[in-house]
Amino acid sequence: MQVPILKQGHVLIATIQAALSDADLLELRSALVHQVVRYRSEGVIVDVTAMDVMDSFASRTLLEISHMIRLRGADTVIVGIQPDVAFAMVQLGLTLEDIPTALDLEEGLAYLQHRSKTIN
Amino acid sequence: MVNRERTAPKEIIPQRSRTIAELPPRESQTELLRELVGHLRQNRTLLREEWVARIGEARLLAAMTQEEIFQEATSVYDSYVAVLETGSVDDLTAYARNLSERIIPRGVETNEVVGIVLLLRDVLARSLFAKYQSDFEKLNRVLDAYEPAANRIANTVAVGFVQERERVIRQQQEAIRELSTPVLQVRERLLILPIIGVIDPQRARQLTEQLLRGIRTNRAKVVVIDITGVAAMDATVANHLVQTVEASRLLGATVIVTGLSPEIAQTLVTIGVDLGKMNTVGDLQGGIEQAERLLGYKVVLS
Repeated sequence: MQVPILKQGHVLIATIQAALSDADLLELRSALVHQVVRYRSEGVIVDVTAMDVMDSFASRTLLEISHMIRLRGADTVIVGIQPDVAFAMVQLGLTLEDIPTALDLEEGLAYLQHRSKTIN
Repeated sequence: MVNRERTAPKEIIPQRSRTIAELPPRESQTELLRELVGHLRQNRTLLREEWVARIGEARLLAAMTQEEIFQEATSVYDSYVAVLETGSVDDLTAYARNLSERIIPRGVETNEVVGIVLLLRDVLARSLFAKYQSDFEKLNRVLDAYEPAANRIANTVAVGFVQERERVIRQQQEAIRELSTPVLQVRERLLILPIIGVIDPQRARQLTEQLLRGIRTNRAKVVVIDITGVAAMDATVANHLVQTVEASRLLGATVIVTGLSPEIAQTLVTIGVDLGKMNTVGDLQGGIEQAERLLGYKVVLS
């Protein structure tokens, strides 16, 4: 199952719409890392609202996406983690340290906007 | 005629039909009970007064006035006789529940309720001894009929009282649980979670759930958890608190913990909590001020 990546101004938005296999996650990773420079994006939002399970592979891949995109010169925000998923992740020690997170897409966009303002 | 007498008890006392079937079909049980009921009705005033006097002697129901005791005693006595007559405890069960509802808030204890019912059983048994003391054979048969019924009545009243009491306790537990973890919005996107009292693992879990849900529904960006009212915290709960802070961050909210007592501060350091993840401020006021700064509020005196 492919994850659609939408361009909205200077931001790329990837909305995960169902549970993803490991291969799908890796595909998403490489698609985002390629497109972020092609579209000259300043930020990337990964929306995980539809994910009701977050295993160690998924959270490690999100971490890698964030780090790779930082090397490509943009910021990543993870949005829409469900409350019970969040607590389960913390109990498993998957805290996504130093990746910005936000409640939903709107908050994520606001975060990136605020950040680009403070930089410029 | 004989046939009618044998089937009659089954209709009148359906619950006791097994006991009756086991007994030899001599002088009918119904007739004995009927005679018994007649005796109790006839001596109603006397027996009731004796019972109330015995309650007073035993210093039971101290929370109630003499008139109230007499009134309740009358109702209990009448339903007691009614149970002996009809064999059905449904009315008595309802009455016992109603009585319990009224007397539990006044501090009447279980032993008092059981005590007065056993006293009544005793008073009535004594009056039966006095009445049939010349005919020992008959006394035995009367007691055979009376005692199972009396035991069932005592059982019904006691169970009714305890059930009512348990219902009240459950209700209160529910209320305490709901009261114990309020998630309050003080400003747009700012929640406070004041915690008071002892936190056990179960309460900690519930707290986390309510907070995470509150962050979602109120779209909060900053949460102030105030633990001024928490005196001590064990390692499990402290770890849980740290996990709650991290989970809140995953939902995009910053958590500020305020009012850590010296003991809790020592616990947190001893168990080696990574304080880099914890944003702590001395008191609730300071926490709210910092939260307002994070949200971009500026308080101006006019």
